[in-house]
Amino acid sequence: MSDAAQNPSPTTEAGAIRGLHVVSLAPGADLDGFRAAVRRLIAGRIPPETVVWQSEAPSLFGIDMDRAEGAPLRLPRAVTDLIPMVVPHRDPERYGLLYALIWRVLQGERALMEVASDPLVHRLHRMRKAIGRDLHKMHAFLRFRRVPGEGAERFVAWFEPDHHILAAAAPFFVDRFRSLNWSILTPEGSAHWDGTLSFGPPGRCEDAPEGDSFEAGWRDYYENTFNPARLNLDAMRAEMPRKYWRNMPETAAIPALVRAASARAQAMIEKEPTMPVKRDPVRAVAKMAQDEPDSLEALNAVIARSEPLVPGATQAVLGEGPVGARIAFVGEQPGDQEDRQGRPFVGPAGQLLSRALEEAGIDRREAYLTNAVKHFKFTLRGKRRIHEKPTAGEVSHYRWWLDRELDFVGPRLVVALGATAVLALTGKQIPITRARGPAEFGKPFQGFITVHPSYLLRLPDEAAKDVAYRAFVDDLRRANALAA
Amino acid sequence: MFIFRSMDDKLARKLRILADAAKYDASCASSGAPKRKAGADGLGSTTGAGICHAYTPDGRCVSLLKILLTNYCLFDCAYCVNRRSSNVARARFSVEEVVTLTVEFYKRNYIEGLFLSSGIIRSPDYTMEMLTRVAKKLRREHGFRGYIHLKSIPEASPWLIEEAGLYADRLSINLELPTEASLNRLAPEKDGVAIESAMGQIGERIVQAKEERRRFSPAGQSTQVIVGADATTDEALIRKSALLYGSYGLRRVYYSAFSPIPDASASLPPQAPPLRREHRLYQADWLIRYYEFSPDDVAGAAEGGMLSLDIDPKLAWALKNRHCFPVDVNRADREMLLRVPGLGARAVDAIVKARRHGRLRLDDVARLTSGLKRARPFLIAEDFRPTTLTDRLDLRAKLAEPAEQLSLF
Repeated sequence: MSDAAQNPSPTTEAGAIRGLHVVSLAPGADLDGFRAAVRRLIAGRIPPETVVWQSEAPSLFGIDMDRAEGAPLRLPRAVTDLIPMVVPHRDPERYGLLYALIWRVLQGERALMEVASDPLVHRLHRMRKAIGRDLHKMHAFLRFRRVPGEGAERFVAWFEPDHHILAAAAPFFVDRFRSLNWSILTPEGSAHWDGTLSFGPPGRCEDAPEGDSFEAGWRDYYENTFNPARLNLDAMRAEMPRKYWRNMPETAAIPALVRAASARAQAMIEKEPTMPVKRDPVRAVAKMAQDEPDSLEALNAVIARSEPLVPGATQAVLGEGPVGARIAFVGEQPGDQEDRQGRPFVGPAGQLLSRALEEAGIDRREAYLTNAVKHFKFTLRGKRRIHEKPTAGEVSHYRWWLDRELDFVGPRLVVALGATAVLALTGKQIPITRARGPAEFGKPFQGFITVHPSYLLRLPDEAAKDVAYRAFVDDLRRANALAA
Repeated sequence: MFIFRSMDDKLARKLRILADAAKYDASCASSGAPKRKAGADGLGSTTGAGICHAYTPDGRCVSLLKILLTNYCLFDCAYCVNRRSSNVARARFSVEEVVTLTVEFYKRNYIEGLFLSSGIIRSPDYTMEMLTRVAKKLRREHGFRGYIHLKSIPEASPWLIEEAGLYADRLSINLELPTEASLNRLAPEKDGVAIESAMGQIGERIVQAKEERRRFSPAGQSTQVIVGADATTDEALIRKSALLYGSYGLRRVYYSAFSPIPDASASLPPQAPPLRREHRLYQADWLIRYYEFSPDDVAGAAEGGMLSLDIDPKLAWALKNRHCFPVDVNRADREMLLRVPGLGARAVDAIVKARRHGRLRLDDVARLTSGLKRARPFLIAEDFRPTTLTDRLDLRAKLAEPAEQLSLF
């Protein structure tokens, strides 16, 4: 390693005094200054024992203005994460400790941060924890007051952090109160947000409004959410030390709450049970249980009122057909035409179904037709709305309605058209080709599984289409016989 | 003091009544929601970890505005201050009032969001619809991205729970009483089967929504059981919780010491709340969730189904299983280190990391945990061996906490 005397200090003119290197940084959390200094010191191979860090008091030698960036250092992530969390600490030794850590890491102890039992690492961890806590408490205990006046709302808070954390704490408030204008005043500086974040000179407590229209209500809330039977002051003080109280409006209520607590709790315990003053609301209680939709019509009113789970659909498409129908058909979800007309199975697949029903000897008007999902879901391609298959979550979301609907209709047999209908009726993903035919759904009706008519439309060649259509009609015929 | 515009007196009165009526719900967590930031016109964010904005003198955190929509109720649950036969003052918020309070409190940085519950009025469906309407209005009309916890009403139609999950960060249903017999006796309108089936529905939907990257109660679901209102043992409570965690993927089970309430029922006269017992149950619950203890381990640490009040359940387990100790901090696997009283999960992780780089002495361990005093008799370090300590008969007495209840000032 080269000798500091031979290799003139890159830090300050005063650097050479008795072999010591003095680094002067700005008061507070001077992360940029520290980074620049570290780069220069490491480039000059200056060991930590010979560096004096000055930041709290104005330096004898003046602020070190040499901020020239040295070459960036390659440090483990654990170290670079730690530095900004220690620099705001008010301990004057913070820079020296961090530099000692960086020095050791660069001297070969690359995994030093993993050794939490090392005294230096341990101390830095504790400093980081203190900063984390200070930030957390500032995020938690800072109270805004609205600035009186008309026009855009503006809020101001006065807060006294333990460490130099204003800049580190500000982004939290930006994320949270982006649409408001606000200022945070501290004894060391101020932060302001009006669409952009800026920092200014220290503020005073008197610069914030004296009160706020919601503080009395907040105190009411605080007093009433307290349970006097559970008084535990140590737990309160551990998490909310007294030093924060003076800037928190609700804490004024604490002494009175504490004084009265044990008497209040005792009074509750000793009080004789009373008889209810009001008459037992027998009828209301009885009626309460009968509030669920009691007819298909009432249920349909609920479904019609609902919003689509995935936005886009024009309307809910309800089931169609008589209550008491022998046979019911469950499809997947409404398509483009169904969404426009508000009726199930009126698009191309629906028309194919109608034809097949007729050939199978089933009168469509006497059957009940509905869908597992009640709203159309699509992606736009140009002006065309292309049907998109519902997810399992969407099917579950709508399943309650289907169940209740079929309860009201009470069919003898339910035909599941396609995999989505099977999923809705059984809660399981079952491949249609293997399960085709009579099925057990675990419901009070017989089950039957076949393909969805849209599957027939998608088959590419005519011969295959014809074979599949015949098979579909056969399925319907079989189902109809089972439902007889 | 200059007052810009005072909160209307009527609203303040409602707030007092409906905050008081909501405080027996122990949950106030605002954690677990995905990280969100306010949009340009919106308000609110979630950080993932949750923030306690104040603490009341009962030591509990105030994170959310925890209120009831109304404390009128048709149910008659004996333990509840709001049961229909109770003579407490009643009030009812409008949807707009709850929205205003939430937004205005939030803007002043008093709260992380809203925890809204309600007495059952008119019908479970009607009540559930009102709760959801508040959440929907906050999200839609105010662009509110803060935390919303909705109490779900298991007796309501299942599609209403489907809708609630779209706006809430967390849904919860309080079991309150851990056995069907107690429910029948003390909460005649409640139905254990309906409660668990609604928990099942919520649990299933949370998992599905995660897979499909859609929003449904992203911070999970929780429940609360009352401790000390019936004869259920600690062991039975812990086994029930383990079942709930396992079956429905619950994020938290809250244990709420049965607390005296104004105008108590004759069938459940008030008593001082068993705070120490509640604390031990939380510790046992913690051991199961983060320390790889099984319900059987916890049961083994108990006496006659009840956890000791003077020592924590981990220490109780260690004292009953002294043959497993002392544990060598330089060799033992993580699972065994987690069993050492006084070593938290974080300390254990730090030990496992640090010992890769050198053998740990007792001083090193002292820097990794604040519980060394309790851990000492149970561990071996490079320069330390407890020898006879582990077998001392008075070890329990030496490590027990003073038996008095949490003290007054």
